[in-house]
Amino acid sequence: MNKTLKTIGAPSMEELRCSAAFPEKKDYQRGPIAIIECTEEIPCNPCETVCPKGAIKVGDPITNLPTIDFDLCSGCGICAAKCPGLAIYILDVNYTENEALIMFPFEYLPFPERGETVSLVNRLGDTVCPGRVESVLSSKSYDHTTLISVAFPKQYYEDVVSMKKLG
Amino acid sequence: MKKYEVVVVGAGPAGLSAAIECARAGAKVLVADENNKPGGQLFKQIHKFFGSKEHKAGVRGIYIGEQLLKETENLSIEVWLGSEVCGIDADKSVWIIKNKEESCCVKAERIIIASGATENSIAFEGWTLPGVMGAGAAQTMMNCYRVLPGKRVLMIGSGNVGVIVSYQLLQAGAEVVGIVEAASALGGYGVHTAKVRRAGVPFYTGYTVKRGIGEKYIEAAEIVKLDSDWKHIPGSEKILTADTICLAVGLTPLIELAWLAGCRFTYSAKLGGHIPVHNKYMETTVKGIYIAGDVSGIEEASTAMEEGRLAGISAAWSLGYYDDQEAEILIEEEWRKLNLLRCGQFGVNRKVSKDEILNKWEEMRNE
Ligand SMILES: Cc1cc2nc3c(=O)[nH]c(=O)nc-3n(C[C@H](O)[C@H](O)[C@H](O)COP(=O)(O)OP(=O)(O)OC[C@H]3O[C@@H](n4cnc5c(N)ncnc54)[C@H](O)[C@@H]3O)c2cc1C
Ligand code: SF4
Ligand code: SF4
Repeated sequence: MNKTLKTIGAPSMEELRCSAAFPEKKDYQRGPIAIIECTEEIPCNPCETVCPKGAIKVGDPITNLPTIDFDLCSGCGICAAKCPGLAIYILDVNYTENEALIMFPFEYLPFPERGETVSLVNRLGDTVCPGRVESVLSSKSYDHTTLISVAFPKQYYEDVVSMKKLG
Repeated sequence: MKKYEVVVVGAGPAGLSAAIECARAGAKVLVADENNKPGGQLFKQIHKFFGSKEHKAGVRGIYIGEQLLKETENLSIEVWLGSEVCGIDADKSVWIIKNKEESCCVKAERIIIASGATENSIAFEGWTLPGVMGAGAAQTMMNCYRVLPGKRVLMIGSGNVGVIVSYQLLQAGAEVVGIVEAASALGGYGVHTAKVRRAGVPFYTGYTVKRGIGEKYIEAAEIVKLDSDWKHIPGSEKILTADTICLAVGLTPLIELAWLAGCRFTYSAKLGGHIPVHNKYMETTVKGIYIAGDVSGIEEASTAMEEGRLAGISAAWSLGYYDDQEAEILIEEEWRKLNLLRCGQFGVNRKVSKDEILNKWEEMRNE
């Protein structure tokens, strides 16, 4: 397997597909779902405890890798805001006919404005395509982690994970 | 001479947790810290912590620090700041330079040493130039004093400290030109490396820093690839423009006070160096002297807090504030929580090393 997490810092698609929580092709068709890119056994489980639908399981011991039941996940984004590893984003591949929508956690100032065009990046930080900001959510309970939603051409749905920092 | 039932050295997560447990049980406690602010490393940790709910997972380190300070205040625990502990005698007299000016001596029945750790350094050509600093120092400048240490930073070391400080440098507005790791695999949690990588920070795995370049201060850094014997591969050098080189190459427990107090030691490379041997109650080989946190082996704030509680409960128990049954229940509970943090691919080595230290204590007792 092409493993890159421990050499270049970002996981390869192969590595991700081998992790239990990563969606299969058909799962993407269910509407917005949480995509969890957490592939190492670290002692951590906020994703499990904050999910209001009980969709994520870590269990005992807390070093288990998270798993997710896509039937239960509503794509609300709470886990994405709470995960201390910033390892979860929400993806809706069928946002419009041609566009997907990604909602990712973001902790760099300044924030973009609604309607602004931003550069979306892949796991290596390379620019993939431009995207249109649909919303910027900062709730008090997210504690300074902001959720940014961006619409983009859907063919890039497996590549886009975040946006280029502004300023 | 002033008398206390318990004197705690260090007001970091371990020391404060220990003091809180002692005071909660009813003991009279003094906490001394050489810093002007309590909280140890916690007030630099602006990121959310891992763990479970009972370890305050998902909460930023600064807020965990604030909660500890509030509890310390609610229990009216006496805290001396700007007060370095510089000696411990065999009869448990503790020598302190109070407020950086007055030397004084207090008498303790029990002592808990929670002095934390100090950053390691590596030497290379140009390492004395301004602009070379510890990653922890850079973190203190940014997050405690709001000073950006540099505009273009090269990070040496890819453990959690290196990647977290890199992330915080990006947040503060600096550019991180690369993270250099001598080993063939990155050290930090994958979720942390992925976070800085998608921000465009390159990792140089199998590289080390060869030279800091600049006349009066750092203007660039030369890095070089290493072969399987850790030797420089000629011709593989790269020059990166940078005004700051941050060293995140490990921590060493601050054990001087434990030496002075006559504690016996064992060496553990995985835990950061010479470690005072202790038992499952965190008591060293000197009766009545306990340790907790990074001084008992480099781990994390979450483990430091549990160990601090363990030491605090044990000290209070030995003073008669708990009966055996109560104490055993509390201590078992702390161990359950500690073991949760010491499993999985990153924790299991620490668990093995910690167990070796406990075994060593048994061995030394039987000598
Ligand atoms: C960049 C970075 C990121 C980290 N991220 C995390 C994380 O995400 N999660 C996590 O759980 N942990 C994290 N840690 C680790 C964590 O900060 C430490 O493990 C923890 O602070 C150790 O607690 P402690 O109380 O043992 O020591 P410290 O916090 O270092 O406190 C020791 C205190 O003792 C005082 N002291 C020392 N000697 C004396 C003396 N002679 N007299 C008086 N006072 C003295 C010092 O001034 C200090 O205040 C991180 C560490 C770093 C550097
Ligand atoms: S997006 Fe909402 S429902 Fe889905 S796993 Fe996360 S918290 Fe649960
Ligand atoms: S909260 Fe995030 S880092 Fe922690 S286990 Fe869940 S996905 Fe992994």
